[in-house]
Amino acid sequence: MEAFTTHTGRAVPLRRSNVDTDQIIPAHWLKKVTRDGFEDGLFEAWRKNDDFVLNRPERQGATVLVAGPDFGTGSSREHAVWALQNYGFKAVISSRFADIFRGNSLKNGLLTVVLPQETVDRLWELTEADPDVDVTVDLEQRQVRAADVTADFELDENARWRLLNGLDDISLTLQNEADIAAYEASRPTFKPRTIEV
Amino acid sequence: MGRTLAEKVWDDHVVRRAEGEPDLLFIDLHLLHEVTSPQAFDGLRQNGRRVRRLDLTIATEDHNTPTLDIDKPIADPVSRAQLETLRKNCAEFGVRLHPLGDVEQGVVHVVGPQLGLTQPGTTVVCGDSHTSTHGAFGALAFGIGTSQVEHVLATQTLPMARPRTMAITVDGELPDGVSAKDLILAIIARIGTGGGQGYVLEYRGSAIENLSMEARMTICNMSIEAGARAGMIAPDQTTFDYLRGRDHAPEGEDWDAAVAYWKTLRTDDDAVFDAEVFIDAAELSPFVTWGTNPGQGAPLSASVPDPASYEDASERFAAEKALEYMGLTAGQALRDIKVDTVFVGSCTNGRIEDLRSAASVLEGRKVTDGVRMLVVPGSVRVALQAVEEGLDKVFKEAGAEWRHAGCSMCLGMNPDQLAPGERSASTSNRNFEGRQGKGGRTHLVSPQVAAATAVLGHLASPADLTDVSATPTPAGV
Repeated sequence: MEAFTTHTGRAVPLRRSNVDTDQIIPAHWLKKVTRDGFEDGLFEAWRKNDDFVLNRPERQGATVLVAGPDFGTGSSREHAVWALQNYGFKAVISSRFADIFRGNSLKNGLLTVVLPQETVDRLWELTEADPDVDVTVDLEQRQVRAADVTADFELDENARWRLLNGLDDISLTLQNEADIAAYEASRPTFKPRTIEV
Repeated sequence: MGRTLAEKVWDDHVVRRAEGEPDLLFIDLHLLHEVTSPQAFDGLRQNGRRVRRLDLTIATEDHNTPTLDIDKPIADPVSRAQLETLRKNCAEFGVRLHPLGDVEQGVVHVVGPQLGLTQPGTTVVCGDSHTSTHGAFGALAFGIGTSQVEHVLATQTLPMARPRTMAITVDGELPDGVSAKDLILAIIARIGTGGGQGYVLEYRGSAIENLSMEARMTICNMSIEAGARAGMIAPDQTTFDYLRGRDHAPEGEDWDAAVAYWKTLRTDDDAVFDAEVFIDAAELSPFVTWGTNPGQGAPLSASVPDPASYEDASERFAAEKALEYMGLTAGQALRDIKVDTVFVGSCTNGRIEDLRSAASVLEGRKVTDGVRMLVVPGSVRVALQAVEEGLDKVFKEAGAEWRHAGCSMCLGMNPDQLAPGERSASTSNRNFEGRQGKGGRTHLVSPQVAAATAVLGHLASPADLTDVSATPTPAGV
């Protein structure tokens, strides 16, 4: 995973609640067997409309998505995170993320930042009024800064440490091999098995 | 202090607990399908890793599989490539696979329970959000992303933060014609699509205890649509009776030991939930969605709501957008909404009991002109059972299409899709924009409502069929 320390970029204000992962990346894109090449599928249906915020010239090259509440609901498809990253997004800000999407994002180094809706509202107003305003998402300080907006955010220390160092979860878990083996040895015999080995 | 069901199952799977770290949980059963696994297998290959526990892993093909002409090569080359990738990966790593054409093939969440692999007190994961289905057995079951799929393949564990618990108590008796689907749609409308966020829901109360396993699976299946991590129901005699004798259910002494353990999997009387919701079953009626998320639903007898009636600005905006997309106007009676397509199937309502209840409504009736009805069993086993009971004949005689098992029109990854602007009554789980095909409009309904809607051509319940003869009048009489 790519490490995330701090990022500064222009923003895309997305004034929509309940943006489900079917909107982020429609199902027909899920037939691909790689982790890249999803950028053209991002918000595919909405992008057919020239007025959609992502299509506007002033939003080209923006890297921070400021979204409405309940972002990433629905399907567990990690392709939604890959699509956002493939397109160029480094961070997503919302007042509430769906659990699975949040987990997926943090495992891929896409920083999902939870801020109160009032702060999201202020970021929307700010970035709509001035598309060139820089938004900084600082994981070291756990802070979002943009013009006169400064907002602290929470992220548990363990997740933050893994992101800052770009650590691979599987390698970390395998350091506990002895614990896993001990647990396996203690499992009851009635537990189901898919095949005899 | 006592513990909840979810806490008991969680505690029994902690491999490692350390201050400031998520718990490392052992996973008893890992289900795989073709869509969310290819990148995970690639990750294993790149790092020279193997599948740690092949005996706790099983794969099936469901999302891409066609429901017609399954003996012919799959027409869509990209779908075919994805299925072939799963076959290659399973062969290379030694994973048990039930491919298209196999008698155990079907929607992953139908296959696990019917094989008896889903058992009380187990942890079950799958790269699919509807893994919550398996919670109906008192299992702790959650959907995961592809990175986590790779993690479970490599380690048979997952680091996870302990969720909060929410009790959803449904007391009383469900009125006639009101099914588990109506109940869960009403629950989601009540708590919202984010209401369960961070929680494991436990459905309890007399109405839940009286439900069959199939109905319990329908309820737990849609926990994710309320944003929950998982949904659970305490195992009881209904659960044990369902499991006994299934392929992978324990036998002999193991069965006795298992049942003794399973009986301990109940929330203690003095346990405290982090949140509680109470629902009176007697007040429920057939429930359908009008909008573009599963929380935008109302009783069938109601009208399309006026977005102006929402106090919250973002909900108001969401309702406006939903009505625009769905082509509906505020105040329109839900019963007046005409549909083009009816879909019966999916991991929510593709089990034998669902097919039985749809067939019981259709028996002796016809799907009305201009409506196409697809019946897609959740698995080959469900299809075989339905044929044995003659249900396929009921559907065919009514003019419905009897298809092969798979996810089908629930998400339209195979050719079963809505055309732009087409409207469906669907027993699936998501009414998102474009979910069943670009521009398609979805109303989520129960199997009974789906069948009655097919007969009348507009959203309807079996109670509306009183003036439509169930016995065709012989010609010349």
